Amino acid sequence: MMSLAHIFIFVADVQPPPHAEGRGALPFIELAYLLAAVLFIYGLKWLASPTTARRGNFTSSLGMLIAVLATLFLQKFDYRLILLGIVIGAGVGAWMARAVKMTSMPQMVGLLNGFGGGASLLVAAAEWYRYYHAPDLTIRVDTAISVYASTLIGAVTLSGSIVAAGKLQEFISGRPILFKGQHIVNAIIALGILGGSVYMIATGPDLNVFIALNVLALLLGILITIPIGGADMPVIVCLLNSYSGIAASATGFVIGNHGLIITGALVGASGIILTQIMCKAMNRSLANVLFGGVGATVAGPAGAAAGAKTGTVREITAEDSAALMAYAQVVVVVPGYGMAVAQAQHQVRELADLLEKRGVDVKFGIHPVAGRMPGHMNVLLAEANVAYDKLSDMDAINPQLERTDVVLVVGANDVVNPAARTNASSPLYGMPIIEVDKAKNVIFMKRSLNPGFAGVDNELFYNEKTHMLFGDAKASLTKVVAEVKQVG
Amino acid sequence: MSETLVILIVIFVLAMFVGFEVITKVPSLLHTPLMSGSNAISGITIIGAMIVAGAGETLVQQIFGVAALALAMINIVGGYMVTDRMLQMFKGKKGEPKK
Repeated sequence: MMSLAHIFIFVADVQPPPHAEGRGALPFIELAYLLAAVLFIYGLKWLASPTTARRGNFTSSLGMLIAVLATLFLQKFDYRLILLGIVIGAGVGAWMARAVKMTSMPQMVGLLNGFGGGASLLVAAAEWYRYYHAPDLTIRVDTAISVYASTLIGAVTLSGSIVAAGKLQEFISGRPILFKGQHIVNAIIALGILGGSVYMIATGPDLNVFIALNVLALLLGILITIPIGGADMPVIVCLLNSYSGIAASATGFVIGNHGLIITGALVGASGIILTQIMCKAMNRSLANVLFGGVGATVAGPAGAAAGAKTGTVREITAEDSAALMAYAQVVVVVPGYGMAVAQAQHQVRELADLLEKRGVDVKFGIHPVAGRMPGHMNVLLAEANVAYDKLSDMDAINPQLERTDVVLVVGANDVVNPAARTNASSPLYGMPIIEVDKAKNVIFMKRSLNPGFAGVDNELFYNEKTHMLFGDAKASLTKVVAEVKQVG
Repeated sequence: MSETLVILIVIFVLAMFVGFEVITKVPSLLHTPLMSGSNAISGITIIGAMIVAGAGETLVQQIFGVAALALAMINIVGGYMVTDRMLQMFKGKKGEPKK
């Protein structure tokens, strides 16, 4: 401790007081932040394989511990307040992590995105207040820009994420909420925010303008999230994930901290990549998302009306479904959000186990936007104890479908709709799909013939290879499982 | 634009590229743990929150700081714990007992 005290005295001599302009950090603290950033990068790198992923997550958490410990040595602190915040946050965080159901992961991630944004907003607001409270403290233009950027990105992330989480939890209607001139209103608000920021950068902090800016930014976050429909939620959850990272980076600019900037950028990049993957999987442009048009293009019922319901639907019983799969060589299960809603993943796994015991090769084909967030189906199936080497993504499963005897579609619809390939007038046209119509038989588990979220009729229902198994996915699967047990 | 700001922007842009390189290699299988894990990492805002909470001279700064600290810590603890909970469910071989 003696040596540390010496370092502090030494630093007090050479460093400008941290409150004067920016926040200078000791070299060893800067290096600790760098080490933390390296550990975060390794953590993300090890997420490339399920065999190293847990180690990666642990490594990443070690990086965070180092960053927090290093910060304690940054300057003299009131450690009681720091402890207070840490204890509250750790308690709530641990409770959330234990209590959350795997089906509710999208809401959990949505809420955590919001908290990240909220933290950035509060830090930037407190920094702003420091300058506001001490008028003799001149705020440099670049610091001012960072403060306003961080406040506003944080506020948009906070309110946007809360709306997204509310929609996912169904506190708020999952339907897209649209009104006339939405884009114009958004543009005016954005301009107002920009104008207010420029005004304060030029003339100095003003409390009323600052509060108005925050209200406008929170409003903007709400307005860009409410037009998003249920099936498009994966895109917006990814985008907000990216925002929460960029908000952290912006905080780094405010306090002049390299560790924050690097780490926030990593998260920002992650969210952007996932957003792009989701957009590609839904055949939408990123610009379409950024301008808040997600869902608006397909929300109209026009698409549903356009697709004429033609041909006959072949219904199948649980008994016949069981026989069809029991005597098959290759069965591919295509799960969708309906599986999660019906909580049918355990029955799906039971069926897969029974079929495998009979020598059937069972695989799972998972579309990138199946579920309410990227990778959601994989987590649910892993929870039900399905081995991850059975889980194939769309590009891996599609070439195998021609040799597949039976495809079992559980609670998916739009992601297997051949109209995406064949019907140029369909809103789904161009979207990559799991090409289940190439398999020899399709068993489609569904409550009714109602169209999916995109409001588009599915011609697959009328395909002669398709057998419809109507009813609740969980109840139907339980029957099918019982029937498979009966098959000799 | 000051020289410091330029350096910070350089760091930001380069870090984004590192992020792109690393995250492109994460398979879709693990995209949910990637998101919850990156939630935890975005809790790095805790550095800023600690400074504001611990060194704030006014009550406003202290209140904002403690609130920011609590939110960032929820991200960190909640994010890492839930990610670990998910990752331990991913099993390679069939029939392995569930922990």
